Amino acid sequence: MADPLLQARGIVKNYGHVEALRGCDFDVYPNEIVALIGDNGAGKSTLIKILAGSEQADAGEIYLDGRRIHVGTPFEAMRLGIETVYQDLALAPDLDGSANLYLGREVMMPGFLGKLGFLDNRTMRAGARKAFGELGVDLQNAQSAVANLSGGQRQSVAVARSVAWASKVVFLDEPTAALGVIQTARVLETVKRIRDRGVAAVLISHNMRQVLEVADRIEVLRLGRRVARFDRKGATIEKLVSAMTGGIAEEGAA
Amino acid sequence: MTAVQPSLGESIRRAIQVRLRPLVERWKSFSQTRFGSMVARAFSTNAAWIFLLLLVLMFIFNFLAPGKFLTEFNVRSMAENVAVLLVIAVGETFVMGTGGIDLSVGYVLLFSGVTSAQVMNWGGKDPTNSGWDVVFLGFAVAIGSGFAWGVLNGLVVAKAKVPALIATLGTLGMSWGLAEILSNGQDLRYLPSIIADMGASRVVFDKVPLVVVVAIIVAVTGAVILNLTRFGRYTVAIGSNQEAARRAGINVDRHLISVYAMSGTLAGFAGFMSLAIFTTTTISGHANDNLQAIAAVVIGGTSLMGGVATVAGTTIGVCIPMVLFSGFTILGYQSFWRDVAVGAVLILAVYTDQLRRRRRERR
Repeated sequence: MADPLLQARGIVKNYGHVEALRGCDFDVYPNEIVALIGDNGAGKSTLIKILAGSEQADAGEIYLDGRRIHVGTPFEAMRLGIETVYQDLALAPDLDGSANLYLGREVMMPGFLGKLGFLDNRTMRAGARKAFGELGVDLQNAQSAVANLSGGQRQSVAVARSVAWASKVVFLDEPTAALGVIQTARVLETVKRIRDRGVAAVLISHNMRQVLEVADRIEVLRLGRRVARFDRKGATIEKLVSAMTGGIAEEGAA
Repeated sequence: MTAVQPSLGESIRRAIQVRLRPLVERWKSFSQTRFGSMVARAFSTNAAWIFLLLLVLMFIFNFLAPGKFLTEFNVRSMAENVAVLLVIAVGETFVMGTGGIDLSVGYVLLFSGVTSAQVMNWGGKDPTNSGWDVVFLGFAVAIGSGFAWGVLNGLVVAKAKVPALIATLGTLGMSWGLAEILSNGQDLRYLPSIIADMGASRVVFDKVPLVVVVAIIVAVTGAVILNLTRFGRYTVAIGSNQEAARRAGINVDRHLISVYAMSGTLAGFAGFMSLAIFTTTTISGHANDNLQAIAAVVIGGTSLMGGVATVAGTTIGVCIPMVLFSGFTILGYQSFWRDVAVGAVLILAVYTDQLRRRRRERR
């Protein structure tokens, strides 16, 4: 197997007396969909937040392409090509789809007007139409505030935003939690398309069936540590659940 | 058994539906057109309705007091009275667009006017015949004072994380107290005649007061910045979801400081305008400026929760209390009826905003 694209080694994170992560490892390889699973409180979201720069680890190391990196802010993560679709969406509900897609990365007017801070809304709208089109999202009214969209469409906007900018890794924290059947299928289709574009996708999900359906590999967290790794071929729902709940003692034993 | 008769209410509802359908269809096809969708979008915001309300009010007052309300003199004096308020309300629109509030604007205005007037009176000599250098210095001091208070507000809100309501209530008290201390509670009445001339001068066929033109320029500039620039986009993005803005890499703290600084600077500018109009510091005349500005912004359709802001709405929102005041006065009612009416409109405006939010939350 190729070298890992993204590696986390010995990540520790405490919230007061609560040990969210106690020396957690995690690997992402190029061009794969890796599922990150674990029971509630296993530390999945915390790990993702640390890798995406919105939280700081108390100890541990992160490597991207074999080089040690420091991800102090989400902005640094984005510059490194790491994007995140958050569970709570992190969209600005009063802004339209295009404004959300380009939030923090606005396209400015050429020349003097751009220097003055004028936005090139036309270019951004065209880019947004294209980005949403690639995901099969049809925003009937592109100028409507995101809050007026359905839950699935909102999720699509959030996913589209991350996919459009990611060059290395996309983290998706429960991307289908609020979605109906068709939209779930569409988002999962998107996740596959991310991989086909040469970007790795990390999927957090509680839905084992879904995990087995789309993931190439599965890593299991329990009580703030990685306890097991599976290839899709070797994995069954029983094995995954058993690893999540402590049926498998430690990593390497499996 | 006979067939179940539709109830009276049901048949009325059906009849209305049948009657209304062609209208609804026509509206639908109209709203598909380019112009139609613009109109539809305009009326999905408060601003268009508020504008309608303003027109209706003017119509009613003109009907009840023909030849008295919509006269050149009355319109001009209404515009003149509204100019200073509009300038601080534009700044307030940005602050409230971020989901914050700036209670201090009225007293920062006062403080800036006092410091500006004192600098122009430096050394106790009569500044009436002072030249442009003194005027410019006074202007710079007014702007600088407002800017300083604004930056302080911004730092306290963005960095110290003190809620804006309390932070700006604090600076309200501080700027008010300092203005009174610096002036000993005495209005300074001697200002360079250049300033008084500016305040009294009229442009555009000698009909429109200069201060009104200046206020309109400020409002148009504010609208352009809010709607067309990155600064404006970040302002509503932060108000809409501060965390999302932060995660998108926007420097939220810096932007908040800029927005409060802008509000303070505009208050300083308004302080100088006030000097020009009244040719004195009018220490006791700004007690309600902050609440009037906030009321205007909210009536105009800027959301108290942030994320939605409109300078056009604010401009209309500034005019409505003025029209009420003038109308009631001309009709011989006590002008306090304005406060009653504005209070009611304010509550209505926030209520419709809440309704709108609840409706979309249900999706």
